[in-house]
Amino acid sequence: MITVEQLTKRYGEKTAVDSLTFTVRPGAVTGFLGPNGAGKSTTMRMIAGLDAPSAGRALVGGRPYADHPAPLTEVGLLLEARAIHTGRSARNHLLALAATHGIGRRRVDEVIELTGLDAVAGRRAGGFSLGMGQRLGIASALLGDPAVLILDEPVNGLDPEGVLWVRELLRGLAAEGRTVFLSSHLMSEMAMTADHLVVVGRGRLIADLPVAELTEQAARDAVLVRSPFADELAGALLGPAVEVTAVEPGLLEVRGATAAQIGATAARRGLELHELTPQRATLEEAFMELTRDAVEYRAGASAEAVAA
Amino acid sequence: MSALAVTQGRVARSEWIKLRTVRSTVLTVLFALGSLVGSGVLVGLAANERWASMSPAERAGVRIHEYVLAGDDMALLALGVLGVIAITGEYTTGMIRATLAAVPQRLPVLWAKLAVLCTAVFALMLPASLATYAVGDAIMSKHWEESLSDPGVLRVVVGTAVVLTLVTALGLALGFIVRSTAGAIATLFAILIVLPMTLGQFVPKIAPYLPSSAMTSFITARPEDDMLAPGAGLLLFVAYVAIALAGAAALLRRRDA
Repeated sequence: MITVEQLTKRYGEKTAVDSLTFTVRPGAVTGFLGPNGAGKSTTMRMIAGLDAPSAGRALVGGRPYADHPAPLTEVGLLLEARAIHTGRSARNHLLALAATHGIGRRRVDEVIELTGLDAVAGRRAGGFSLGMGQRLGIASALLGDPAVLILDEPVNGLDPEGVLWVRELLRGLAAEGRTVFLSSHLMSEMAMTADHLVVVGRGRLIADLPVAELTEQAARDAVLVRSPFADELAGALLGPAVEVTAVEPGLLEVRGATAAQIGATAARRGLELHELTPQRATLEEAFMELTRDAVEYRAGASAEAVAA
Repeated sequence: MSALAVTQGRVARSEWIKLRTVRSTVLTVLFALGSLVGSGVLVGLAANERWASMSPAERAGVRIHEYVLAGDDMALLALGVLGVIAITGEYTTGMIRATLAAVPQRLPVLWAKLAVLCTAVFALMLPASLATYAVGDAIMSKHWEESLSDPGVLRVVVGTAVVLTLVTALGLALGFIVRSTAGAIATLFAILIVLPMTLGQFVPKIAPYLPSSAMTSFITARPEDDMLAPGAGLLLFVAYVAIALAGAAALLRRRDA
């Protein structure tokens, strides 16, 4: 469980994180979503006690991070900027971190195996690819078998196989009842991994809601229809509640009718169909819809500032 | 084994692993050892070579310990750099964030690095200094005579290891304060080399109190007139190092990682 209350970080004039309040619950994957520069990394560093908040506080498991006697068993941390000495081997890096808590060599070998680093554990981390660096970061995060995982852009630089592996790993950790909090600027990635979303923009909270709800909120019930008889089909479908747009020759976008209704109409008329695809709003589109107001508000505010 | 928790002893163990698992720190220590022992041997051999061409007054002025421990300047700078990179290596690579996330109380990291570095450096440099003197003495005994029991000689030989250890600690403190390798090394060299050449030259009154002079007065058997007494010099240099460490501790606690 992570509790963030009125968390604020100012760097001189600039406010990087602005009175953020939200809770990350155990047993689910919570996505921390926002464009680059929205304050995600700063928020995560404040939760982990690396940066001091200008105001407000962040608690992990009911306590400030630094008050835990064994923080690695409480929180596993993967930061976007690599936190690894380039001259040290992966195994020695993990051994050094483990030593601070009295975590044994066996656990180090376990996380090396779990993250698929066996073959390269003796090599200097400076020579690692981005993907291997991420795996080593995840291995460090898992070292203390923590109840909470905080991961900043964990799939960054991973190949598709690695992305899938991280996704399944995180879902598995959440299913065990752990708190999993990961940031990303890719909404599509969140749709695949997260159950819940905390959305920020320019350091402010924009939304805090289940992924499913976000998708529903902006759902757009259009159906794509491809047919060599597109014009004829369009004539048959058009009605007071149905809107048909020709996207390109032979391709229609139909609103106001379900895929089943369109298919039935085509069958009755004997019109051949090559494609019939219900369009679900992507998380990306839902997100744009959701944040449109905030974006317009900000654009208006800055225009006023310029006018003044 | 007791429950998983961060303790000062465990942080020290972690720092010991860190120190010996990076090539640059190991090489720096080897360089310091090599320059101390190696230059002792070379200087001893060179002195024997020159003996024939020396005037009787020159021959009488030679002290074996002064000659064979001349490599301490090189070792001094190398070990100061060791202290610096022991921490700036973490800041420049981002490792510091992993370190401080594991030890969020932070100060145990400074004390552990200090203890591990000082123990390792002293444990290596004391025998190295003694060995350098023994070998150098054996070489130069062809023409000169000196013994560890002569006034001040043992202090200089042991003091060399003490001073090398203190400079390592100074480098570490500066590394924590400045956080960049280049900046911290420049600061260290400014304190040890530039300060005596500028301020020390132009304001002779304060020259004996500069860190480098205070340190030198402890490893000199024949002090010059304007030097502090050996004990006072050591105390003053320890005070400088302590002040730097206090500054490092205050900044480490306060700053964002």
